[in-house]
Amino acid sequence: MEKVRTAEELAAQQREISVAEFFEKNRHLLGFDNPSKALLTVVKEAVDNSLDAAEEARILPEVFVKVEMLGEDRFKVTVEDNGPGIVKKEIPNIFGKLLYGSKFHQLRQSRGQQGIGISAAVLYAQLTTGKPTIVESKTSPRGTTKIFHIKIDTLKNEPEILKEDEVKNGLKHTGTRITLEIEGKYVQRYHSVDEYLKQTALANPHASITYISPTGEKHEYRRAIKKLPKMPKAIKPHPYGVELGILMRMLKSTPYTKLSSFLQNEVSRVGSTSAEGICVLAGLELTRRPQDLTHEEQERPLKAMQKVKLMRPQTDWLSPIGEKNILEGLKNMIKAEFYTARTREPVVYRGNPFQIEVALAYGGELKEKQDAEIILMRLANYVPLLYQASSCAITKAVTKTNWRRYGLEQSGGKGMPHGPMLLLVHMASTWVPFTSESKEAIANYPEIMKEIKLAIQDCGRDLLRYIRKQARARRESRRLDIFQKYLPLVIENAEILAESKKKHNIEPILEKVVNADLIEEEEEEEIVGGENEEE
Amino acid sequence: MKKSERNEIIEKLTQIGKDVIQAVERSEIPKIEIPSRTTSNIVYDPEYLCYVIGDKKVKRSAGNIRHIRRLAQLLRVARFCKEEMQKSLRHTTKRELYYISESWEKGLKFDEQVESDNIIEDIEAMIGRPREDFRIIPNPRGSIYGDITLRYTTPKGDVKEVNCLDTPDGQAIGPRISEAEIIDCKADKVIAIETSGMYNRLMEEGAYHKFNAILVNLEGQASRATRRMIKRIHELLEIPVYIFTDGDPWGLHIAMVIMAGSAKSAHINRQLATPDAKWIGVTASDIKNYKLRSDKLKEVDYKRIKELSKDPRYKKDERLKKELELWKNLGKKAEQQALLRYGFEYVVEKYLPTKFKELG
Repeated sequence: MEKVRTAEELAAQQREISVAEFFEKNRHLLGFDNPSKALLTVVKEAVDNSLDAAEEARILPEVFVKVEMLGEDRFKVTVEDNGPGIVKKEIPNIFGKLLYGSKFHQLRQSRGQQGIGISAAVLYAQLTTGKPTIVESKTSPRGTTKIFHIKIDTLKNEPEILKEDEVKNGLKHTGTRITLEIEGKYVQRYHSVDEYLKQTALANPHASITYISPTGEKHEYRRAIKKLPKMPKAIKPHPYGVELGILMRMLKSTPYTKLSSFLQNEVSRVGSTSAEGICVLAGLELTRRPQDLTHEEQERPLKAMQKVKLMRPQTDWLSPIGEKNILEGLKNMIKAEFYTARTREPVVYRGNPFQIEVALAYGGELKEKQDAEIILMRLANYVPLLYQASSCAITKAVTKTNWRRYGLEQSGGKGMPHGPMLLLVHMASTWVPFTSESKEAIANYPEIMKEIKLAIQDCGRDLLRYIRKQARARRESRRLDIFQKYLPLVIENAEILAESKKKHNIEPILEKVVNADLIEEEEEEEIVGGENEEE
Repeated sequence: MKKSERNEIIEKLTQIGKDVIQAVERSEIPKIEIPSRTTSNIVYDPEYLCYVIGDKKVKRSAGNIRHIRRLAQLLRVARFCKEEMQKSLRHTTKRELYYISESWEKGLKFDEQVESDNIIEDIEAMIGRPREDFRIIPNPRGSIYGDITLRYTTPKGDVKEVNCLDTPDGQAIGPRISEAEIIDCKADKVIAIETSGMYNRLMEEGAYHKFNAILVNLEGQASRATRRMIKRIHELLEIPVYIFTDGDPWGLHIAMVIMAGSAKSAHINRQLATPDAKWIGVTASDIKNYKLRSDKLKEVDYKRIKELSKDPRYKKDERLKKELELWKNLGKKAEQQALLRYGFEYVVEKYLPTKFKELG
C-alpha cells in the first residue's frame, strides 16, 4: 500500500522545484523551445551583453562570434567583446545566477529587456551537454585574464565554480570572452544566427561584428559610423504606464516613509498637488507608510493615478538609432539605388515613451528578387526580432499600408508588398510591449500602430518620388533613343524623295524635338473597317 | 497611263519630301498632314452620290514619339514608289511591300502588314490617287470580255494592244490592263456580273453580241481596279453600266459599292464610283415574280438589311429602299443561277431584255 506522505515531506519536495525544473517547464518562454532557436538565443544573449558592456563603458563595440559544429546537434559558441571586462567577484554572479542584476525593474531603453539573461544560456548549456561555461575576462590592458568554469547550482540558484584561473597571456585587450557548449541546430535564412547578426550589425551601425559560421564562412560587418549612440537614461515609471506588480515591488522596497513622498519621488511627473490628489482619490492618508499597505490597498493608488491629470512622461531620454546612422548602416550593408529614413518624434503609449524609426533601401542588388516580397526587418531597442512576424504590430502596420500608392506591387492593396526593397522598422522605448514573454512580437497598441504607419508613409512618399523620377528618366532616355534613331531616317528619306542636293544638319532639329514639351498626342486614327473589297 | 499623268503622280510624291525639307530648312520640327480617314471625317456627298473624305486632317510630326517612326516609314514608302515608277515598270503588291521593308534601313521594317497597308492609304489620301496609280496593286480579281481594244505596256516595255473579245475567258484585270489605254470600243453598254457562273453563262449564250455589251466578271465584291475600269469605260465612252448580282442584300450592296464607293475608300471614291450605274437584280420582286428557288434569310441577312436601311447611300433611291423593305417582308433570297429553272437561254432571251426595258 502506498505510504501516506506528511506535509513536511511535501513541503520539502516543493522546495525542490528548482530553477532547473522551472527552466525545463518554461523553456519556450525563454527562447529555447527548439534546438535551432536555442542556438540563436544563446548567441543573442551573449551578443546583447557584449554590446551593452562596451556601450556602457563608452567604447565602440567590437564583437567576435564563432559558432562551431562539434557533432550533429552539438555546437560550441564563442562570443568575445572589447568591453571593459568584468571584475573578478562579479563574474560568478552574472553568469551563474538566474535573474541576477536583471534590468527588469529599471525603466530604461535597453537590449536587456529582450531576454532572460546570459545565465539562462549557461543553464541551457549545462542541461543539454553537461558542460560548464567558460568565462574569460580582463579589466585592464596590462592586467591578467581571469578564467572561470561555471555551472549553476540549480537547487540554490547559486554559481558553482568548477575551475578558476588567472593567466598573463589571455585576452589581448580588455573585454570578456564566453564559450558555451550546447545542443542546437544550425539553420540558414530567416531565423538563422547569420540573419540575426546581419540585422544586429544594421541596427548597430556603430558596432563592428565578425562572425565565423559553422560552415567556416567569415562575415565581417564593419562599423559604418564612429559615434556611439547617446546613453539612454533610466526614468522613473510614469503613473499611466506602471503595472501593479511593479508598483507593489516599488512600494515594498522604497526608502521613503510617507505615501506622498513616495509618489513624488519614485514615479515621474507627480508633484505635491498630484500626490495629494492621488491619495485622496485612493482614500489613503498622505502619511501612510508605503511598506505597510495591504494587498488590497496597494491597488488603490494605481487606479487613482489613472484619474489624475499629469504631464506626459519625459521622452528625451530615448536613444533612437537616428536617420543618418540608419542610412549609413544600410548603405554599408546593401548596395541599393535609393535609401531613405525617418525618425519620428518620441510619443507615449500607456505612460511609456517610445519612438519609431523607419528606413528603407530600394533597388540595386535587391533587384535580384524583383518580384519577391519585400524584406522586412523588425527591431526593438536595437535588437532584431526574428520570430512571430505575423503577430507583430510592425508587420501589421506594413501590411495595412497601401503600398501601391508608393509604387510597389501589392495584391489587393494590402498584405506584404512585393518589390526590390528592404524595410526596417525600429521601436525604441523604455518598455517595449511584447505580445508574450518570448519577446518576439510587439503588441499592437493603437498609438504604436499609428506612429509606425506615419513613419512608413513618410518613407513611402520619398520612395514614390524616387520611383517616379526613375520612370521619368527612363521615359526620357527612351524618347531620346527613338528621336535619335528616327529623325535621321526622316530627313534622309525626305532628302532623297525631294531630290535635295544638300545634306541637312540634324542636330538643331533633334535638339528642338527633344527639348520640346511632349506634343499633345493625336487621337489614334480609327481606320474604317467593313466592306472588305479586296484581298 | 499617260506619261503626263505618271509625272504628275511622281511630282506629288516628291512634294511630300519637299514639305519635310522646307520645315528642316526653316529649323522647324517637320510634320505632314494627312486627310483623316476616321469615321467622323467620312461624309456622304449627296451631289456626287458617294462617301467622300471631309476636311479634317491628322498631323504626323517628327516631334511626337508616337509619330516619328510612321513618318519615317511613310517617307520611305513614298521614296520606294517614286523610285520604282522612275526606273521600272514593276508593280508591287501590298504583301510584297511588307516584305521589301526588311531590306530598308534598320527601324523602318514593318512589324505587321497592317502598318504598311495604312501607310499606303495615307499616301493615297495625301495625293488623292488610288494606290494602283503609284503601282501598289491588289491581287487581280475580275475580268472583262467584249469588243473593247486596250493598249498596254508589257513588263519589258513593249506597247501592245488586245481586243478583249479575242481572249478565250475574258481578260483578267491585272496591273497592266488597269493602266491600259482604251483605244476602241464598239459596245454600247457594260454588264457587270457578280458570279463567275453567270458571267460564263452570258458568254456562252452570246450576250455580248446580242446586247452589244462588255461583260465584266466581278467575282464577288468588285476590286478597286475593276471599279476603276468600269468607271473609265463609262466616262470615256458614255455608255450605261448595268450590274447583275445575286438576289440578296449582299448582292445589292456589291452594286452599291460600284455606284457609290465604300467607306473605306472614301478618300479616293471620286476616282472609283460610277453613280450612274444601274442595278438589274436579282431583286426581291424578281424572286416573287419569277417564282425563283430561294432560301430563307438568316439572321446575318436581316442584320445587313437593317444596316443598309440606315445607310445614306440608300436613302436617295426609292427603288432600292423599297427592295430592301420587300426583302425583309419576303424573308427570302435567291442566287442569279436560280433563273436557270427556265432553261439556259432564258436569262438572255427574256430576263435581261425585260430588265433593260424597265431600267431604260
